[in-house]
Amino acid sequence: MTEQDFSTLNIKSLPGPDDITRIQLKNGITLLFRPNMNSMAVSIGGYIQAGSIYDTQDKLGLADFTTSTLMRGTKTQSFQEIFDSLESIGASLGIGCGPHTAGFGGKALAEDLPTLLKLLADVLINPIFPKKDIERVRSQLLTGLDLRAQDTNSMAMLEFDKTLYKGHPYQYPSDGYIETIEAIQVKDMAAFHKKHFGPKEMTLVVVGPFEPESVISLAEEHLGGWLNEEQVGPLQVPDMATPENSVENHHIIKEKSQTDLVVGTIGPSRRWEGYYSALLGNSVLGQFGMMGRIGESVRKKAGLAYYAYSALSASIGPGQWMVLAGVAPDNRDKALDLIKSEIKKFVGQPISSEELRDVQSNYIGKLPLSLESNAGVASALLTMEQHKLGLDYLQNYEKMIQKITPESILEAAREYLDPDRLIISSAGPEL
Amino acid sequence: MQFKGTEKISSDEMEKSVSRSGGAWNAFTYLDWTTYYETMPADKIDIALELEADRMVNTTYDEKEVESERTVVISERQGRENSPGFLLSEALHSAAFRIHPYGHEVIGDKVDLESIQKNDLHRHYKTYYSPNNAVVSIAGDFDKEKMLKRISDLYQDIPSGNDPPRVNRPENPQRGEHRLTVEGPGETVLGDVAYHTPSASEPDFFPLLILDSILSGPQGLNMFGGGGISNKTSRLYKRMVEDKEVVVDIHGGLPATIDPYLYTLKFILHPNSTADDALMILDEEIQHIQDAPPHMDELKRAVKQTQALFAYGGESITNQAFWMGFSKMFASYEWVTKYLENIAAVTPDDVQRVAQQYLQQNNRIVGIYHPHKKGNYNQ
Repeated sequence: MTEQDFSTLNIKSLPGPDDITRIQLKNGITLLFRPNMNSMAVSIGGYIQAGSIYDTQDKLGLADFTTSTLMRGTKTQSFQEIFDSLESIGASLGIGCGPHTAGFGGKALAEDLPTLLKLLADVLINPIFPKKDIERVRSQLLTGLDLRAQDTNSMAMLEFDKTLYKGHPYQYPSDGYIETIEAIQVKDMAAFHKKHFGPKEMTLVVVGPFEPESVISLAEEHLGGWLNEEQVGPLQVPDMATPENSVENHHIIKEKSQTDLVVGTIGPSRRWEGYYSALLGNSVLGQFGMMGRIGESVRKKAGLAYYAYSALSASIGPGQWMVLAGVAPDNRDKALDLIKSEIKKFVGQPISSEELRDVQSNYIGKLPLSLESNAGVASALLTMEQHKLGLDYLQNYEKMIQKITPESILEAAREYLDPDRLIISSAGPEL
Repeated sequence: MQFKGTEKISSDEMEKSVSRSGGAWNAFTYLDWTTYYETMPADKIDIALELEADRMVNTTYDEKEVESERTVVISERQGRENSPGFLLSEALHSAAFRIHPYGHEVIGDKVDLESIQKNDLHRHYKTYYSPNNAVVSIAGDFDKEKMLKRISDLYQDIPSGNDPPRVNRPENPQRGEHRLTVEGPGETVLGDVAYHTPSASEPDFFPLLILDSILSGPQGLNMFGGGGISNKTSRLYKRMVEDKEVVVDIHGGLPATIDPYLYTLKFILHPNSTADDALMILDEEIQHIQDAPPHMDELKRAVKQTQALFAYGGESITNQAFWMGFSKMFASYEWVTKYLENIAAVTPDDVQRVAQQYLQQNNRIVGIYHPHKKGNYNQ
């Protein structure tokens, strides 16, 4: 095969200040819109500052439970009426919960945007939490927790979070525990909704075949009148230091054929100045090609795992930098040794210039693909807004990636990764 | 093994050439076919065309690589065995097909994964990987004439092989309902109910898709994003999850296959219910649609949902290329171009007729996963 040219982007085709409309409604909602006249459909997305970090310890899962029930009925529509409006036009709308925010996303054929926005506004503003529906959702959530308890991947992550973020709001699972879900009452949800759902710091993104004026007017019509004096502002979460020592734990789930393993530590937040160095470094460590150096060592050479990769999870607060693998129970320790050895190598010396060139080219080349759908553009706009990256973020992206050097990657890696201070969690049969 | 390289392109170079272009690539094997795909920036598509032409016939099957890949695939299977849903599905397929190979999971049985030799793999490769048994499907921003010429240049000199043997092991008609149970860890009861259905090239496939949409919600053809539509207003969800609370979730699936396969309804039992209760309500709903054709509004909704899913999925260029190649596997390219037309032509009577014909108890397999002990997790 021939040597390839470095990918370059057609900057003008990327969403930017010229074609993204960003305005703030009078009640504080930020609206971002980008037209796509070639599409027959519309995507919406957004978030409200109502995530699981606002849960109290005796009612973990409250934010998640509340968001799961917003669509169970409003002052004017029942659950079936809400879904009848949506499904009869082939539209979708979902609301979920992360650590900081309750996020929503939806799709419809272009002509049905008014219906979609009207429904979104109704379920966000006017939920009534009907008792019978709440019990139905509670059964579903409890069944979900039963299934989670049998899932080696989820349980390894749960143990990892609990150990890594000890003493921090991130240590708790957003879906709670059986006893905390059982303790939550309708009045808790109504109170949570009153306190955390409102237009302050809310963002709405729309991407589809429209003129900006029509989208602004629809957003004003359905969400512009929403006020909530009792809504509290966003909570700042504390930073978190790298663990002082390595800690290892194993959660036993009997009769399983595979053990899931998570090895990692605290990672950067999304707004850390060295984020892109960490991002590209992570790609070399466990993403590029068939999962980078980790894939090469654990999967390809040793044949120990079907999946083995590294992940950088960076958002508002302290993030995670981790390696994940699914291995035969007998191979857990062998895989762990290989992972530790790769981390040691990674923080020991700079990556090669060829490796840097590979991952730079990969990140630049795959950007347009991530923006091919309306949902992809909506997701990018949400990230830009949430982390205050600026409307020219995508157009500056290539330059930012090009600036990264092997040395800046080594510096980022050393800032966070220490082979002697790792949290090692696994779940599977007895060791 | 198809990722392990050829004489001309090493495994390492394959991975790097696609990834450094910002491309995405992978492969997956389904019941009837295997697909290799790349989604590349438009100006880099030649890398994928060249790579696929080369590995169609030139992959090196190295003994050491076979051994390394063997443990990886066994590990993949072990990962799946961790899921009660997989264990149930495997038992159900095995009960549904005694003669046809659809009775085996695509990943294979562990005993075979342990014993397959390099020569077995190479024989499979030489038998099925040849131009006369391949479809190249491409969608995106390119000049059609230039692209066709480039494909001809790269592929036309690859020698054709013998036409590979086709599976000709039709399953005997099922004589009576099969019931099975699988036991394992956990606390949740799962149910799969599968009915033998015709191949995707049969005209009845389209009314069955609408029937599935009415009973358990719309599915669509999207393999590469596009999202889904919820199924809260489908008949089975309304009755089994909402009204009777016998299950906490239910979904259906009707895969498009070359030979007759299965329409499967999968449910998660409500903790206060029993599998018999759930099956009783399910049967009542099936009886209902067998007794009376669906209302025109219900049909129109199913059609609109299908159109919407098609529009959402079409935003992905990878879906567009996949649909063309995929439909050629079991029917023809026209299957996908006429998909919406054929869906829109389904009548209420068609839906009732296929429900009467295929959703018969003596034509189904019922599988239940029963946990045999309580879980052990405490916070």
